[in-house]
Amino acid sequence: MTILIKNGRLVDPANGIDGPHDVLIDKGKIAAVDKPGSLDNRGGSRPQIIDAAGCVVAPGFLDMHVHFREPGFEYKETIESGCQSAAAGGFTSVAVMPNTDPVNDNRSITDFIHTRAREKGIVNVYVIGAITQGLKGERLSDMADLKEAGVIAYSDDGRPVMSNQIMRRALEYSRMLGLPLIQHSEVLDLTCGGCMNEGRVATELGLKGMPTEAEDIMVYRDIALLKKTRGRLHVAHISSAGSVDLVRQAKAHGLPVTCEVTPHHFTLTEDAVRGFDSNTKMSPPLRTQRDVEHILEGLRDGTIDIIATDHAPHDVADKQVEFGAACFGIVGLETALPLTLGLVREGVIPLSKAVEMLTSRPAEIFDLKKGSLGVGQDADVVIFNPDTEYVIDVSNFKSKSKNSPYNGWKVRGRVTHTLVSGKLVYSYSN
Amino acid sequence: MPLSCRHILGTRELTRKDIETILDTADSFKEISTRQIKKVPTLRGRTIINLFFEPSTRTRTSFEIAGKRLSADVINISGSTSSTVKGENLIDTARNLEAMCPDIIVIRHSASGAPWLISRFVKSSIINAGDGAHEHPTQALLDLLTIREQKGKLEGLSVAIVGDIAHSRVARSNIHAMKTMGMKIRVVAPPTLIPLEIEELGVEVCHDLEKGIRDVDVVMMLRIQMERQDQCYFPNLREYSNLFCLTNEKLKNSKKDLIIIHPGPVNRGIEIALDVMNGPRSLILDQVTNGVAVRMALMYLILGASDDNSN
Repeated sequence: MTILIKNGRLVDPANGIDGPHDVLIDKGKIAAVDKPGSLDNRGGSRPQIIDAAGCVVAPGFLDMHVHFREPGFEYKETIESGCQSAAAGGFTSVAVMPNTDPVNDNRSITDFIHTRAREKGIVNVYVIGAITQGLKGERLSDMADLKEAGVIAYSDDGRPVMSNQIMRRALEYSRMLGLPLIQHSEVLDLTCGGCMNEGRVATELGLKGMPTEAEDIMVYRDIALLKKTRGRLHVAHISSAGSVDLVRQAKAHGLPVTCEVTPHHFTLTEDAVRGFDSNTKMSPPLRTQRDVEHILEGLRDGTIDIIATDHAPHDVADKQVEFGAACFGIVGLETALPLTLGLVREGVIPLSKAVEMLTSRPAEIFDLKKGSLGVGQDADVVIFNPDTEYVIDVSNFKSKSKNSPYNGWKVRGRVTHTLVSGKLVYSYSN
Repeated sequence: MPLSCRHILGTRELTRKDIETILDTADSFKEISTRQIKKVPTLRGRTIINLFFEPSTRTRTSFEIAGKRLSADVINISGSTSSTVKGENLIDTARNLEAMCPDIIVIRHSASGAPWLISRFVKSSIINAGDGAHEHPTQALLDLLTIREQKGKLEGLSVAIVGDIAHSRVARSNIHAMKTMGMKIRVVAPPTLIPLEIEELGVEVCHDLEKGIRDVDVVMMLRIQMERQDQCYFPNLREYSNLFCLTNEKLKNSKKDLIIIHPGPVNRGIEIALDVMNGPRSLILDQVTNGVAVRMALMYLILGASDDNSN
């Protein structure tokens, strides 16, 4: 099967390309990239043409932080539905977190997820193994065995590794394995029972707050440990001004630390919680305008490496309850692109940088042969129209769950085609 | 003269005109409770459900009496406390009650925002009788009525609210309502019991009881919640009382016409000394009497307003 993507603006940061180029795909790989029209007679048999006029053609996005809930919580999401949600959002690769039931802290669960992904998944599914057994923070999981089974990183996400000693050991041990640790930075005895950011709005609403210090202290601790252990630390969903500053300083000292931000932490503040909509409840919580400004600065100066969604689908039964009792998290995959393009329109980062943060940079951090449209690469491609304006309607989500605070938002930027290994896995139709 | 809102979820949503209307109406209803036959037919045929997920004597009884004095049918339901922890079935419960066509559902719940949640799923009017640490609007309104009766006005008065501000819905509702009515508010407590950025609500913060009450017209004492003793908000009750118990000694430099209110229940001798509680400046029982009048007023105004709409 040969596909020729014509007339688009190719944005491929890995190869330093941003301009009008056509892309020829053959046998699931990128066969050629060249000036518009120059590939028209290539590809032997008549290729299928995708007209990308007015659109951006880019490497398919990578989301290094999703929860697909399988095994254990299939009523919220499955690997199959999660992959469809990813494809609709322009993501061709995702990395699934291990807080399933049972927890992915051993090879059999990793194998199960890989098998499931092969059978049902329409995008590439990478697997993250647990740092500690059962996410309990007490004993290390079989980290080498998990690597053998193909995990690309370790995380106890949803929970932090609270123990200083265990975190130190995990950083040391993982250095031998060459894989990064992804930390959910939250000091639990500062947030206990909290359900939103501590401060003005929590005070007004009478909701228990989660102070930013709970995040800052753990980011600081991990960085302090990193100096000797020299493992690799990736800070998940950074949300506080202080944490951004800490990561910036650590990078300036040459420490092996990277971090990610979610679209909701650069588009929303704690003010969204007024009215008690549980779709604004996430962990870490929505912070203040000051925190958002520090995050934007971190995006501008490169302190923040990548954008990840923390896609956390929850059934209506888990959300349509009192705010304090609702589950944390939102559906992220299908709103990430327009929200990220908002950064571009506001001049925070250029388009090529936004694409890099969704493609080649995560591929680099997690050592994946993805995120590039160089000749010979897997033909994982997204095509999107950055100008299409529409209103987000959660009922159109491919995800099984509809928990999103963006329902009804007017946004710009729509995915028109998503290809994985040269196969069309999503195309937008009215 | 209907109110600007269909539900009474919090004082934050009430306008100055709303509050004045409620207090004036309550004033005129007070007389009913002094009659030998304490009943008027105003809400005959109307149904009011008291849905209480938290234990309450005073507030629940007050709502029940208020409804009955207006001839409404009042039904009391106590939700099991276990379901409040997990939040299970709250909407289902509300929808089931809704199916029996009540006119007003009065709800008390330990979770902040619970009445908001229910109000999105039912057609009946909701009165918040206290939600978590968020709001307790009828308490604030009866406090205002009590203060206005005594002082003849609200505008310009200054109030000290003393005690566990962090966990108090009474404090929040009073702060919103008092700001709306042009009053000055100071909160007095150890820093551990004052929530972050409370100044944003337009109040002054003080950590010294004697100084904090020296120049005010009203002192509102809040109940110290005994169950929080072991959460390190203060070392122990003895030390708390030494610093923050309202005694005649602490009152010696206060204004002569200072009045003292307390939403109850009182921990005698812990946040307020017995002789102060039973002394001439204390209006604690007037508050309880006024509670009935304020709740009658709200029921009347809410249902009166919906009558206008249906015509």
